[in-house]
Amino acid sequence: MRQVYLDYSATTPVKQEVLEEMLPYFTEKFGNPSSLYGIGLSAKSDLSLARAKVAKLMGADEREIYFTSCGTEADNWAVIGAARAKKAKGNHIITSNVEHHALMHTCEYLEKEGFEVTYLEVDSKGRISLKDLENAITDKTILISIMFANNEIGTIQPVKEIGEIAKKHGVWFHTDAVQALGNVPINVKELGIDMMSVSAHKIYGPKGVGALYIRKGVVIPSFIHGGAQENKRRAGTENLAGIVGFGKAAELAEEKLEEHIKRVSGLRDYFAEQVLARIPDVEINGSMEYRLPGNINFIFNYIEGESLLLLMDAKGIYASTGSACSSASLTPSHVLKALNLPYEKMHSSIRFSIGDFTTREDLDYTIEELVKIVERLRAISPLNRQTMKG
Amino acid sequence: MGMYNEKVMEHFMHPHNAGDLENPDAVGNHGSPVCGDMMEISIKVKDNIITDAKFKTFGCGSAIASSSVATDMIIGKTLEEALSYTNKTFIDELGGLPGPKIHCSVLAEEAVKNAIWNYAQKHGLELEGLKGYDPNKEFGHDDHDLEEE
Ligand SMILES: Cc1ncc(COP(=O)(O)O)c(C=O)c1O
Ligand SMILES: [Zn+2]
Repeated sequence: MRQVYLDYSATTPVKQEVLEEMLPYFTEKFGNPSSLYGIGLSAKSDLSLARAKVAKLMGADEREIYFTSCGTEADNWAVIGAARAKKAKGNHIITSNVEHHALMHTCEYLEKEGFEVTYLEVDSKGRISLKDLENAITDKTILISIMFANNEIGTIQPVKEIGEIAKKHGVWFHTDAVQALGNVPINVKELGIDMMSVSAHKIYGPKGVGALYIRKGVVIPSFIHGGAQENKRRAGTENLAGIVGFGKAAELAEEKLEEHIKRVSGLRDYFAEQVLARIPDVEINGSMEYRLPGNINFIFNYIEGESLLLLMDAKGIYASTGSACSSASLTPSHVLKALNLPYEKMHSSIRFSIGDFTTREDLDYTIEELVKIVERLRAISPLNRQTMKG
Repeated sequence: MGMYNEKVMEHFMHPHNAGDLENPDAVGNHGSPVCGDMMEISIKVKDNIITDAKFKTFGCGSAIASSSVATDMIIGKTLEEALSYTNKTFIDELGGLPGPKIHCSVLAEEAVKNAIWNYAQKHGLELEGLKGYDPNKEFGHDDHDLEEE
Protein backbone atom coordinates (compact mmCIF):
# COMPACT_ATOMS: atom_id res chain seq x y z
CA MET A 1 0.00 0.00 0.00
CA ARG A 2 1.08 3.52 -0.71
CA GLN A 3 2.28 5.44 2.35
CA VAL A 4 1.77 9.17 2.35
CA TYR A 5 3.30 11.09 5.21
CA LEU A 6 1.58 14.45 5.60
CA ASP A 7 2.65 15.30 9.12
CA TYR A 8 5.90 17.20 8.60
CA SER A 9 4.91 19.62 11.35
CA ALA A 10 5.03 16.76 13.83
CA THR A 11 8.48 15.71 12.70
CA THR A 12 10.49 15.21 9.52
CA PRO A 13 12.64 12.32 8.31
CA VAL A 14 16.38 12.89 8.56
CA LYS A 15 17.73 13.66 5.09
CA GLN A 16 20.30 11.24 3.68
CA GLU A 17 22.99 13.94 3.49
CA VAL A 18 22.33 14.80 7.12
CA LEU A 19 22.56 11.19 8.24
CA GLU A 20 25.82 10.67 6.37
CA GLU A 21 27.30 13.74 7.96
CA MET A 22 26.30 12.46 11.41
CA LEU A 23 27.42 8.85 11.25
CA PRO A 24 31.20 9.27 11.75
CA TYR A 25 30.52 11.10 15.01
CA PHE A 26 29.19 7.93 16.57
CA THR A 27 32.33 5.97 15.76
CA GLU A 28 35.69 7.33 14.65
CA LYS A 29 34.94 10.98 15.45
CA PHE A 30 33.47 10.22 18.86
CA GLY A 31 35.74 12.54 20.87
CA ASN A 32 34.49 14.77 23.65
CA PRO A 33 34.70 18.41 22.53
CA SER A 34 36.04 19.32 25.99
CA SER A 35 39.07 17.01 25.67
CA LEU A 36 42.44 18.50 24.92
CA TYR A 37 43.81 15.96 22.43
CA GLY A 38 43.31 15.29 18.74
CA ILE A 39 39.81 13.83 18.48
CA GLY A 40 38.53 16.14 21.20
CA LEU A 41 39.88 19.21 19.49
CA SER A 42 38.51 18.22 16.13
CA ALA A 43 35.13 17.55 17.73
CA LYS A 44 35.29 21.01 19.19
CA SER A 45 35.98 22.60 15.85
CA ASP A 46 33.23 20.57 14.16
CA LEU A 47 30.85 21.71 16.84
CA SER A 48 31.75 25.24 16.03
CA LEU A 49 31.16 24.66 12.30
CA ALA A 50 27.69 23.32 13.05
CA ARG A 51 26.99 26.30 15.25
CA ALA A 52 27.96 28.65 12.45
CA LYS A 53 25.55 26.91 10.06
CA VAL A 54 22.62 27.15 12.45
CA ALA A 55 23.51 30.79 13.12
CA LYS A 56 23.63 31.56 9.43
CA LEU A 57 20.13 30.21 8.80
CA MET A 58 18.76 32.88 11.14
CA GLY A 59 21.20 35.70 10.56
CA ALA A 60 22.77 35.39 14.01
CA ASP A 61 26.35 35.38 15.18
CA GLU A 62 27.80 31.96 15.92
CA ARG A 63 28.42 32.98 19.53
CA GLU A 64 24.73 33.64 20.02
CA ILE A 65 23.68 30.01 19.45
CA TYR A 66 23.37 27.66 22.43
CA PHE A 67 22.55 24.05 21.69
CA THR A 68 19.95 22.36 23.86
CA SER A 69 18.33 18.93 24.05
CA CYS A 70 15.24 20.04 22.10
CA GLY A 71 12.98 22.95 21.25
CA THR A 72 11.07 22.41 24.47
CA GLU A 73 14.20 22.97 26.55
CA ALA A 74 14.96 26.14 24.61
CA ASP A 75 11.45 27.46 25.35
CA ASN A 76 11.75 26.58 29.05
CA TRP A 77 15.17 28.16 29.31
CA ALA A 78 14.22 31.38 27.55
CA VAL A 79 11.11 32.04 29.60
CA ILE A 80 12.34 30.86 32.98
CA GLY A 81 15.72 32.49 32.34
CA ALA A 82 14.13 35.84 31.52
CA ALA A 83 11.88 35.57 34.58
CA ARG A 84 14.87 34.95 36.86
CA ALA A 85 17.06 37.56 35.23
CA LYS A 86 14.49 40.33 35.38
CA LYS A 87 12.84 39.56 38.70
CA ALA A 88 14.01 42.88 40.12
CA LYS A 89 12.28 44.79 37.34
CA GLY A 90 8.93 43.04 37.37
CA ASN A 91 6.90 39.87 37.25
CA HIS A 92 4.79 40.28 34.13
CA ILE A 93 5.07 38.15 30.98
CA ILE A 94 3.04 38.59 27.81
CA THR A 95 2.39 35.64 25.52
CA SER A 96 -0.47 34.42 23.32
CA ASN A 97 -3.18 31.81 23.79
CA VAL A 98 -2.00 29.73 20.83
CA GLU A 99 1.53 28.88 21.98
CA HIS A 100 2.95 25.38 21.94
CA HIS A 101 2.59 23.49 25.21
CA ALA A 102 6.34 23.88 25.73
CA LEU A 103 5.79 27.58 26.18
CA MET A 104 2.29 27.61 27.61
CA HIS A 105 2.99 25.17 30.41
CA THR A 106 6.24 26.97 31.27
CA CYS A 107 4.24 30.19 31.71
CA GLU A 108 1.71 28.35 33.86
CA TYR A 109 4.55 27.02 35.97
CA LEU A 110 5.83 30.56 36.54
CA GLU A 111 2.31 31.74 37.42
CA LYS A 112 2.38 29.32 40.35
CA GLU A 113 5.52 31.13 41.52
CA GLY A 114 3.73 34.46 41.48
CA PHE A 115 4.51 35.68 37.97
CA GLU A 116 1.66 37.28 36.10
CA VAL A 117 1.03 36.18 32.56
CA THR A 118 -1.14 37.88 29.95
CA TYR A 119 -2.32 35.45 27.28
CA LEU A 120 -3.17 37.63 24.30
CA GLU A 121 -6.16 36.44 22.32
CA VAL A 122 -5.91 35.91 18.60
CA ASP A 123 -8.32 36.84 15.81
CA SER A 124 -10.26 34.29 13.79
CA LYS A 125 -7.18 33.69 11.64
CA GLY A 126 -4.93 33.09 14.62
CA ARG A 127 -3.00 36.39 14.69
CA ILE A 128 -2.49 38.53 17.77
CA SER A 129 -3.44 42.20 17.75
CA LEU A 130 -0.50 44.60 18.00
CA LYS A 131 -2.74 47.07 19.75
CA ASP A 132 -3.63 44.51 22.41
CA LEU A 133 0.04 43.76 22.80
CA GLU A 134 0.97 47.36 23.32
CA ASN A 135 -1.91 47.88 25.73
CA ALA A 136 -0.85 44.87 27.77
CA ILE A 137 2.65 46.22 28.45
CA THR A 138 3.15 47.71 31.92
CA ASP A 139 6.27 48.87 33.74
CA LYS A 140 6.39 45.39 35.28
CA THR A 141 6.56 43.62 31.91
CA ILE A 142 9.82 41.71 31.53
CA LEU A 143 9.21 39.45 28.55
CA ILE A 144 7.10 39.18 25.42
CA SER A 145 7.05 35.64 24.07
CA ILE A 146 5.02 35.15 20.91
CA MET A 147 5.55 32.20 18.60
CA PHE A 148 6.80 32.85 15.08
CA ALA A 149 4.44 30.39 13.42
CA ASN A 150 1.80 28.13 14.84
CA ASN A 151 2.22 24.37 14.69
CA GLU A 152 -1.48 23.54 14.18
CA ILE A 153 -2.89 26.19 11.90
CA GLY A 154 0.38 27.51 10.46
CA THR A 155 -0.40 31.16 11.17
CA ILE A 156 2.64 33.44 11.09
CA GLN A 157 2.62 36.26 13.62
CA PRO A 158 3.65 39.86 12.86
CA VAL A 159 7.10 39.19 14.30
CA LYS A 160 8.84 42.31 13.03
CA GLU A 161 6.16 44.59 14.46
CA ILE A 162 6.26 42.73 17.77
CA GLY A 163 10.03 43.21 17.82
CA GLU A 164 9.60 46.95 17.29
CA ILE A 165 7.06 47.25 20.08
CA ALA A 166 9.26 45.24 22.44
CA LYS A 167 12.23 47.44 21.68
CA LYS A 168 10.23 50.65 22.10
CA HIS A 169 9.23 49.56 25.59
CA GLY A 170 12.57 48.05 26.54
CA VAL A 171 11.13 44.55 26.97
CA TRP A 172 12.86 41.37 25.82
CA PHE A 173 11.24 39.53 22.92
CA HIS A 174 11.44 35.76 22.69
CA THR A 175 9.91 33.79 19.85
CA ASP A 176 9.35 30.07 19.44
CA ALA A 177 10.46 29.55 15.83
CA VAL A 178 10.46 25.75 15.95
CA GLN A 179 7.95 25.59 13.08
CA ALA A 180 9.19 28.65 11.23
CA LEU A 181 12.89 27.85 10.91
CA GLY A 182 13.71 26.59 7.45
CA ASN A 183 10.20 27.47 6.27
CA VAL A 184 10.24 31.26 6.48
CA PRO A 185 13.17 33.62 5.87
CA ILE A 186 14.37 34.65 9.32
CA ASN A 187 16.88 37.31 10.24
CA VAL A 188 16.92 37.80 14.01
CA LYS A 189 18.68 41.15 13.71
CA GLU A 190 16.22 42.63 11.24
CA LEU A 191 13.29 41.24 13.18
CA GLY A 192 14.42 42.58 16.56
CA ILE A 193 14.40 39.17 18.23
CA ASP A 194 16.23 38.83 21.56
CA MET A 195 15.81 35.08 21.99
CA MET A 196 14.57 32.40 19.64
CA SER A 197 13.92 28.67 20.08
CA VAL A 198 14.54 26.20 17.27
CA SER A 199 14.61 22.43 16.87
CA ALA A 200 16.46 20.14 14.44
CA HIS A 201 13.79 17.51 13.86
CA LYS A 202 11.44 19.89 12.09
CA ILE A 203 14.03 20.72 9.44
CA TYR A 204 15.13 17.20 8.40
CA GLY A 205 17.62 16.88 11.25
CA PRO A 206 17.57 14.44 14.16
CA LYS A 207 15.23 14.48 17.16
CA GLY A 208 16.58 15.53 20.52
CA VAL A 209 18.58 18.57 19.41
CA GLY A 210 17.48 22.16 19.66
CA ALA A 211 19.01 25.55 20.14
CA LEU A 212 18.30 28.85 21.79
CA TYR A 213 19.50 32.00 20.09
CA ILE A 214 20.37 34.53 22.79
CA ARG A 215 21.26 37.94 21.44
CA LYS A 216 24.60 39.30 22.58
CA GLY A 217 23.81 41.57 25.51
CA VAL A 218 20.91 39.47 26.80
CA VAL A 219 22.00 37.68 29.94
CA ILE A 220 19.89 34.94 31.48
CA PRO A 221 20.99 32.36 34.06
CA SER A 222 21.73 28.80 33.07
CA PHE A 223 18.95 26.26 33.10
CA ILE A 224 21.06 23.11 33.12
CA HIS A 225 23.92 23.38 35.60
CA GLY A 226 27.21 21.55 35.45
CA GLY A 227 30.25 21.75 33.20
CA ALA A 228 31.47 24.65 31.13
CA GLN A 229 29.97 23.59 27.80
CA GLU A 230 28.20 26.07 25.52
CA ASN A 231 30.26 28.98 26.76
CA LYS A 232 29.32 28.05 30.35
CA ARG A 233 25.66 28.65 29.70
CA ARG A 234 24.32 25.18 29.05
CA ALA A 235 26.05 22.31 30.78
CA GLY A 236 26.27 18.73 29.60
CA THR A 237 28.49 16.93 27.10
CA GLU A 238 27.28 18.02 23.71
CA ASN A 239 25.16 15.74 21.55
CA LEU A 240 27.87 15.94 18.94
CA ALA A 241 26.36 13.77 16.21
CA GLY A 242 22.98 15.42 16.71
CA ILE A 243 24.43 18.90 16.58
CA VAL A 244 26.45 18.10 13.47
CA GLY A 245 23.21 16.81 11.93
CA PHE A 246 21.41 20.00 12.93
CA GLY A 247 24.22 21.98 11.30
CA LYS A 248 23.95 20.04 8.06
CA ALA A 249 20.15 20.32 8.05
CA ALA A 250 20.44 24.08 8.61
CA GLU A 251 22.96 24.36 5.79
CA LEU A 252 20.67 22.53 3.38
CA ALA A 253 17.69 24.59 4.50
CA GLU A 254 19.64 27.79 3.95
CA GLU A 255 20.81 26.81 0.46
CA LYS A 256 17.38 25.71 -0.70
CA LEU A 257 15.10 27.99 1.29
CA GLU A 258 13.54 29.80 -1.62
CA GLU A 259 13.11 26.65 -3.69
CA HIS A 260 11.67 24.79 -0.66
CA ILE A 261 9.13 27.52 0.06
CA LYS A 262 8.06 27.72 -3.55
CA ARG A 263 7.72 23.99 -4.08
CA VAL A 264 6.03 23.17 -0.79
CA SER A 265 3.58 26.07 -0.87
CA GLY A 266 2.79 25.22 -4.50
CA LEU A 267 1.90 21.66 -3.53
CA ARG A 268 -0.08 22.91 -0.55
CA ASP A 269 -2.09 25.32 -2.68
CA TYR A 270 -2.81 22.61 -5.22
CA PHE A 271 -3.94 20.26 -2.45
CA ALA A 272 -6.17 22.90 -0.83
CA GLU A 273 -7.75 23.85 -4.15
CA GLN A 274 -8.49 20.25 -5.04
CA VAL A 275 -9.96 19.44 -1.65
CA LEU A 276 -12.18 22.51 -1.70
CA ALA A 277 -13.26 21.77 -5.27
CA ARG A 278 -13.95 18.08 -4.77
CA ILE A 279 -15.46 17.97 -1.28
CA PRO A 280 -18.42 20.15 -0.29
CA ASP A 281 -18.64 21.95 3.04
CA VAL A 282 -14.93 22.15 3.75
CA GLU A 283 -13.37 25.22 5.35
CA ILE A 284 -9.83 26.27 6.13
CA ASN A 285 -8.59 27.24 9.58
CA GLY A 286 -6.06 30.04 9.81
CA SER A 287 -4.85 32.65 7.37
CA MET A 288 -3.92 31.99 3.75
CA GLU A 289 -1.87 35.17 3.67
CA TYR A 290 0.29 34.63 6.75
CA ARG A 291 0.84 30.90 6.68
CA LEU A 292 3.65 28.33 6.82
CA PRO A 293 4.27 27.02 3.30
CA GLY A 294 3.50 23.36 4.03
CA ASN A 295 0.57 23.77 6.40
CA ILE A 296 -3.10 23.38 5.65
CA ASN A 297 -5.78 22.83 8.28
CA PHE A 298 -9.23 21.86 7.08
CA ILE A 299 -12.60 21.68 8.76
CA PHE A 300 -14.40 18.69 7.24
CA ASN A 301 -17.83 19.67 8.46
CA TYR A 302 -20.12 16.99 9.98
CA ILE A 303 -17.40 14.43 10.67
CA GLU A 304 -15.13 13.94 13.63
CA GLY A 305 -11.36 14.21 13.28
CA GLU A 306 -10.27 10.95 14.84
CA SER A 307 -12.55 8.81 12.74
CA LEU A 308 -11.22 10.56 9.65
CA LEU A 309 -7.62 9.93 10.76
CA LEU A 310 -8.34 6.26 11.40
CA LEU A 311 -9.79 5.74 7.93
CA MET A 312 -6.90 7.64 6.35
CA ASP A 313 -4.44 5.57 8.36
CA ALA A 314 -6.07 2.45 6.90
CA LYS A 315 -5.13 3.87 3.49
CA GLY A 316 -1.58 4.71 4.54
CA ILE A 317 -2.18 8.46 4.83
CA TYR A 318 -0.81 10.12 7.94
CA ALA A 319 -2.05 13.47 9.24
CA SER A 320 -3.09 14.88 12.61
CA THR A 321 -6.01 16.43 14.46
CA GLY A 322 -6.60 18.75 17.38
CA SER A 323 -9.99 17.12 17.94
CA ALA A 324 -10.90 16.32 21.51
CA CYS A 325 -11.35 12.62 21.24
CA SER A 326 -7.82 12.11 20.00
CA SER A 327 -6.33 13.78 23.03
CA ALA A 328 -6.00 12.28 26.48
CA SER A 329 -7.55 15.41 27.99
CA LEU A 330 -10.74 15.01 25.93
CA THR A 331 -10.87 18.71 25.11
CA PRO A 332 -10.11 20.17 21.70
CA SER A 333 -6.71 21.79 21.34
CA HIS A 334 -6.34 25.23 22.89
CA VAL A 335 -5.39 26.58 19.45
CA LEU A 336 -8.73 25.60 17.90
CA LYS A 337 -10.52 26.93 20.97
CA ALA A 338 -8.65 30.23 20.60
CA LEU A 339 -10.15 30.64 17.12
CA ASN A 340 -13.60 30.65 18.72
CA LEU A 341 -14.89 28.00 16.38
CA PRO A 342 -18.22 26.31 17.09
CA TYR A 343 -17.66 23.10 18.99
CA GLU A 344 -18.43 20.73 16.09
CA LYS A 345 -15.98 22.51 13.82
CA MET A 346 -13.16 22.10 16.30
CA HIS A 347 -13.85 18.38 16.28
CA SER A 348 -13.81 18.33 12.51
CA SER A 349 -10.40 19.96 12.09
CA ILE A 350 -7.51 18.10 10.50
CA ARG A 351 -3.97 19.29 9.87
CA PHE A 352 -1.98 18.20 6.85
CA SER A 353 1.63 19.31 6.64
CA ILE A 354 3.54 18.93 3.44
CA GLY A 355 7.32 18.67 3.17
CA ASP A 356 10.28 18.10 0.89
CA PHE A 357 9.49 14.46 0.13
CA THR A 358 5.82 15.02 -0.68
CA THR A 359 4.96 14.54 -4.34
CA ARG A 360 2.02 15.58 -6.41
CA GLU A 361 1.13 11.89 -6.81
CA ASP A 362 0.98 11.58 -3.01
CA LEU A 363 -1.49 14.41 -2.92
CA ASP A 364 -3.57 13.07 -5.79
CA TYR A 365 -3.84 9.73 -4.00
CA THR A 366 -4.77 11.51 -0.78
CA ILE A 367 -7.46 13.57 -2.50
CA GLU A 368 -9.04 10.50 -4.11
CA GLU A 369 -9.13 8.67 -0.80
CA LEU A 370 -10.35 11.71 1.12
CA VAL A 371 -13.30 12.16 -1.20
CA LYS A 372 -14.40 8.59 -0.44
CA ILE A 373 -13.66 8.67 3.27
CA VAL A 374 -15.47 11.96 3.87
CA GLU A 375 -18.48 10.73 1.96
CA ARG A 376 -18.53 7.50 3.93
CA LEU A 377 -18.37 9.23 7.31
CA ARG A 378 -20.90 11.86 6.36
CA ALA A 379 -23.32 9.11 5.38
CA ILE A 380 -23.38 7.91 8.98
CA SER A 381 -23.27 11.33 10.63
CA PRO A 382 -26.36 12.88 12.21
CA LEU A 383 -24.97 16.29 11.27
CA ASN A 384 -25.51 17.95 7.92
CA ARG A 385 -26.10 21.36 6.43
CA GLN A 386 -29.58 21.58 7.96
CA THR A 387 -28.68 20.52 11.48
CA MET A 388 -25.64 22.78 11.58
CA LYS A 389 -27.73 25.80 10.68
CA GLY A 390 -30.24 25.15 13.44
CA MET B 1 -3.06 3.33 14.61
CA GLY B 2 -3.00 0.44 16.99
CA MET B 3 -4.91 2.21 19.72
CA TYR B 4 -7.96 -0.03 19.39
CA ASN B 5 -8.29 -3.81 19.48
CA GLU B 6 -9.28 -5.76 16.37
CA LYS B 7 -12.94 -6.05 17.29
CA VAL B 8 -13.29 -2.31 17.84
CA MET B 9 -11.54 -1.67 14.53
CA GLU B 10 -13.78 -4.15 12.77
CA HIS B 11 -16.93 -2.41 14.07
CA PHE B 12 -15.46 0.98 13.26
CA MET B 13 -14.37 0.08 9.74
CA HIS B 14 -17.58 -1.81 8.96
CA PRO B 15 -20.25 -0.56 11.32
CA HIS B 16 -23.46 -2.57 11.57
CA ASN B 17 -26.86 -0.87 11.35
CA ALA B 18 -25.58 2.52 10.22
CA GLY B 19 -28.17 4.84 8.70
CA ASP B 20 -31.81 5.79 9.29
CA LEU B 21 -34.86 3.56 9.64
CA GLU B 22 -37.83 4.37 7.49
CA ASN B 23 -40.88 5.16 9.62
CA PRO B 24 -39.22 4.47 12.96
CA ASP B 25 -41.40 3.99 16.02
CA ALA B 26 -39.07 6.21 18.03
CA VAL B 27 -35.89 8.18 17.66
CA GLY B 28 -33.41 8.97 20.40
CA ASN B 29 -30.29 11.01 20.50
CA HIS B 30 -27.51 12.01 22.77
CA GLY B 31 -24.73 14.53 22.54
CA SER B 32 -21.80 14.35 24.86
CA PRO B 33 -20.54 17.75 25.87
CA VAL B 34 -17.38 16.05 27.09
CA CYS B 35 -15.92 15.06 23.78
CA GLY B 36 -18.40 16.50 21.31
CA ASP B 37 -19.63 13.15 20.05
CA MET B 38 -23.25 12.89 18.93
CA MET B 39 -25.46 9.90 18.23
CA GLU B 40 -28.93 9.45 16.83
CA ILE B 41 -30.71 6.11 16.97
CA SER B 42 -33.99 5.05 15.41
CA ILE B 43 -35.90 1.95 16.51
CA LYS B 44 -38.80 -0.20 15.45
CA VAL B 45 -40.77 -1.84 18.25
CA LYS B 46 -43.33 -4.62 18.17
CA ASP B 47 -44.91 -6.12 21.31
CA ASN B 48 -42.31 -4.43 23.48
CA ILE B 49 -39.52 -6.01 21.44
CA ILE B 50 -37.05 -3.95 19.45
CA THR B 51 -37.28 -5.43 15.98
CA ASP B 52 -34.85 -3.10 14.22
CA ALA B 53 -32.44 -0.29 15.03
CA LYS B 54 -30.17 2.01 13.10
CA PHE B 55 -27.74 4.70 14.17
CA LYS B 56 -25.98 7.80 12.95
CA THR B 57 -22.94 8.99 14.86
CA PHE B 58 -20.60 11.96 14.76
CA GLY B 59 -17.68 10.81 16.75
CA CYS B 60 -14.39 9.06 17.18
CA GLY B 61 -13.57 5.43 16.52
CA SER B 62 -14.89 4.23 19.86
CA ALA B 63 -18.11 6.22 19.54
CA ILE B 64 -18.83 4.64 16.15
CA ALA B 65 -17.84 1.14 17.27
CA SER B 66 -19.99 1.46 20.40
CA SER B 67 -22.94 2.60 18.29
CA SER B 68 -22.48 -0.44 16.09
CA VAL B 69 -22.45 -3.01 18.92
CA ALA B 70 -25.20 -1.23 20.82
CA THR B 71 -27.60 -1.44 17.89
CA ASP B 72 -26.57 -5.07 17.28
CA MET B 73 -27.25 -5.96 20.88
CA ILE B 74 -30.65 -4.32 21.29
CA ILE B 75 -32.20 -5.78 18.16
CA GLY B 76 -34.45 -8.68 19.20
CA LYS B 77 -34.44 -7.66 22.85
CA THR B 78 -37.32 -6.44 25.00
CA LEU B 79 -37.38 -2.79 25.94
CA GLU B 80 -36.52 -3.68 29.53
CA GLU B 81 -33.59 -5.80 28.45
CA ALA B 82 -32.28 -3.03 26.23
CA LEU B 83 -32.61 -0.59 29.11
CA SER B 84 -30.49 -2.83 31.31
CA TYR B 85 -27.49 -2.35 29.04
CA THR B 86 -24.89 0.16 30.12
CA ASN B 87 -21.80 1.42 28.40
CA LYS B 88 -19.95 -1.31 30.29
CA THR B 89 -22.05 -3.90 28.44
CA PHE B 90 -20.98 -2.42 25.12
CA ILE B 91 -17.34 -2.11 26.14
CA ASP B 92 -17.29 -5.76 27.21
CA GLU B 93 -18.84 -6.76 23.92
CA LEU B 94 -16.09 -4.79 22.15
CA GLY B 95 -13.41 -6.51 24.21
CA GLY B 96 -12.40 -3.27 25.92
CA LEU B 97 -11.63 0.33 25.01
CA PRO B 98 -8.52 2.35 25.85
CA GLY B 99 -8.90 4.20 29.17
CA PRO B 100 -9.43 7.73 27.87
CA LYS B 101 -11.99 6.43 25.37
CA ILE B 102 -14.30 4.73 27.83
CA HIS B 103 -16.58 7.72 28.14
CA CYS B 104 -17.22 7.69 24.37
CA SER B 105 -19.30 4.53 24.83
CA VAL B 106 -21.68 6.36 27.19
CA LEU B 107 -23.09 7.98 24.09
CA ALA B 108 -24.59 4.69 22.93
CA GLU B 109 -26.12 3.86 26.30
CA GLU B 110 -27.73 7.27 26.56
CA ALA B 111 -29.02 7.36 22.98
CA VAL B 112 -30.64 3.92 23.44
CA LYS B 113 -32.30 5.09 26.68
CA ASN B 114 -33.47 8.26 24.99
CA ALA B 115 -35.06 6.35 22.11
CA ILE B 116 -36.88 3.98 24.45
CA TRP B 117 -37.97 6.89 26.64
CA ASN B 118 -39.45 8.60 23.59
CA TYR B 119 -41.23 5.38 22.67
CA ALA B 120 -42.56 4.97 26.21
CA GLN B 121 -43.78 8.57 26.26
CA LYS B 122 -45.64 8.08 23.01
CA HIS B 123 -47.31 4.89 24.18
CA GLY B 124 -47.82 5.77 27.83
CA LEU B 125 -45.59 2.91 28.99
CA GLU B 126 -44.18 2.69 32.50
CA LEU B 127 -40.81 0.97 32.26
CA GLU B 128 -38.79 -0.04 35.29
CA GLY B 129 -35.52 0.76 33.53
CA LEU B 130 -36.57 4.36 32.92
CA LYS B 131 -37.16 5.17 36.61
CA GLY B 132 -35.21 8.29 37.38
CA TYR B 133 -34.31 8.86 33.75
CA ASP B 134 -34.07 12.53 32.88
CA PRO B 135 -33.70 13.23 29.16
CA ASN B 136 -32.42 16.73 29.85
CA LYS B 137 -29.74 15.75 32.30
CA GLU B 138 -26.39 17.39 31.71
CA PHE B 139 -23.51 15.00 31.57
CA GLY B 140 -20.44 15.91 33.48
CA HIS B 141 -16.97 14.66 32.97
CA ASP B 142 -17.12 11.84 35.49
CA ASP B 143 -20.49 10.35 34.65
CA HIS B 144 -20.32 6.70 33.82
CA ASP B 145 -16.56 6.73 33.82
CA LEU B 146 -15.23 3.32 34.59
CA GLU B 147 -11.93 2.52 36.12
CA GLU B 148 -9.25 2.40 33.48
CA GLU B 149 -8.57 -1.16 32.53
C1 LIG C 1 5.90 25.44 17.94
C2 LIG C 1 6.66 24.35 18.63
N1 LIG C 1 7.39 24.64 19.72
C3 LIG C 1 8.09 23.71 20.37
C4 LIG C 1 8.12 22.40 19.94
C5 LIG C 1 8.90 21.40 20.72
O1 LIG C 1 10.08 21.04 20.08
P1 LIG C 1 10.81 19.69 20.47
O2 LIG C 1 9.98 18.59 19.93
O3 LIG C 1 12.16 19.77 19.84
O4 LIG C 1 10.91 19.66 21.96
C6 LIG C 1 7.38 22.05 18.81
C7 LIG C 1 7.37 20.65 18.30
O5 LIG C 1 6.49 19.87 18.51
C8 LIG C 1 6.64 23.05 18.14
O6 LIG C 1 5.90 22.75 17.06
ZN1 LIG D 1 -14.99 9.90 21.50
